[in-house]
Amino acid sequence: MNEKPEKLINKKGLRLDGRKPDELRPVKIEVGILSNADGSAYIEHGKNKILAAAFGPREMHPKHLSLPDRMVLRCRYHMAPFSVEERKSPAPSRREIELSKVIRESLEPSVFVEYYPRTGVDIFIEVLQADGGTRCASITAASLALADAGIPMRDLVVACAAGKVDDTVVLDLFDTEDKVGSADVPLALMPNLNAVTLLQMDGILKPEEFEKAVNLAIEGCQKIYALQKEALKTKYMLIEQEEEVEE
Amino acid sequence: MSSLLTRVRLKQIEQLIEKAKRLDGRGLGDYREIKIEQGLIEKAEGSARVLLGKTEVLVGVKVETGTPFPDTPNDGVLTVNAELVPLASPTFEPGPPDENSIELARVVDRGIRESKAIDTEKLCIEPGKKVFVVFVDIYVLNHDGNLIDASALAAVSALLNTKMPNYEVKDGEVIIKQGYTPLPMKSHPITVTLGKINDKLIVDPWLEEEQVMDSRLSMAFNDEGNICAIQKGGGGYFTQQQILEGMKLAQEKAAELRKKMDW
Repeated sequence: MNEKPEKLINKKGLRLDGRKPDELRPVKIEVGILSNADGSAYIEHGKNKILAAAFGPREMHPKHLSLPDRMVLRCRYHMAPFSVEERKSPAPSRREIELSKVIRESLEPSVFVEYYPRTGVDIFIEVLQADGGTRCASITAASLALADAGIPMRDLVVACAAGKVDDTVVLDLFDTEDKVGSADVPLALMPNLNAVTLLQMDGILKPEEFEKAVNLAIEGCQKIYALQKEALKTKYMLIEQEEEVEE
Repeated sequence: MSSLLTRVRLKQIEQLIEKAKRLDGRGLGDYREIKIEQGLIEKAEGSARVLLGKTEVLVGVKVETGTPFPDTPNDGVLTVNAELVPLASPTFEPGPPDENSIELARVVDRGIRESKAIDTEKLCIEPGKKVFVVFVDIYVLNHDGNLIDASALAAVSALLNTKMPNYEVKDGEVIIKQGYTPLPMKSHPITVTLGKINDKLIVDPWLEEEQVMDSRLSMAFNDEGNICAIQKGGGGYFTQQQILEGMKLAQEKAAELRKKMDW
């Protein structure tokens, strides 16, 4: 058991991992890395390592769950037993069930569900290593998996958290800050539409601090959005290059 | 939960909201009538029933002894569970808790936990070994919309009604003595839920409005009026401006509700 650090921000105003309050962790994204999935993405957000895959549009199983006028989106967020300090039982926890629901609801507004009636799309998210902010990184990756599967979308969904540690509003909390800090505000955004599709909070924030946290999280989302688009383009550039070599 | 309403009815609700009116005659920012009754289950250490319009929620609190979590050896344990009882709605089915009931329980739990409503340090019997475990069981008896606010209100009312058994420790054994003391409480969170229909925010959506609205936003406020928990739900979105607008509206409503409570 690690000792709880007394201070999360040092005298120079830097955080435990050396970041400034408004600095993101390094983010690395790859698209189309699973050959059996219709769409897939892998994200490393700080020490978070997360895989997301999308299957569909395809026939729903069980069939009676399909809807006559739209596609049904299903989502499973799951953590690997070895992804955290103490082994997590592989059975879905209540937390995972709630997160599966809020992640699905954060992606739903981005998809033109009415284009594919009677079908289903399944999104599977596997957290291989968790270090705070997994739901946000999962959304960023899952949205790319949907795009990679060629599903028509209004925009990509990108997510990032802000929060409060030691009376300072900071961007993108990692594990220790999340656990010891005083508040965490995960937020998902469709940047082109200025639409917030996920918003949660725990901890205690004054209304003005909450406003600041929301603005900071949106700024963070916009930075990750650029990386997200880049990752999607990169996949198709690689395909192009491969084709040139073959010719 | 969809398709219980005809499309005509849905349209009617939407059109009324455009004119800042609602089907049941309320204004956009009005709550339904709230009735709270405490202590109706004698066998439970605490209980409360909340009527929010026709929505009815019963909460029972049981207090037992158990072991603390290893990372908080000096704190008692809070467990919140919600049952969407099949008799409450044709859409509720028997079986293990589904995602809706898990979300409901976890949102209520977050409000109580993050506002530090219960003074858990006072629930410690022997550090690291024995503490009191507070079980909050939410029983939805009639579903007419806005289960979150009704359940959160019922949970806090039931906790305020909870009596802890007096005890003493002899040779590591807990012996229950005569008499009771009230559960130590530090804060009284109030949760306010807003719905978004046609880009308009409404307070306390009822069942039919829940089927029209594209998303909801629930916010819990502590005694000082600070935010202690938020949950966005539903497959729609809010703009940045709507969130800040919603926060102000919810804060106002929470303060209004607080005045009505005899906490």
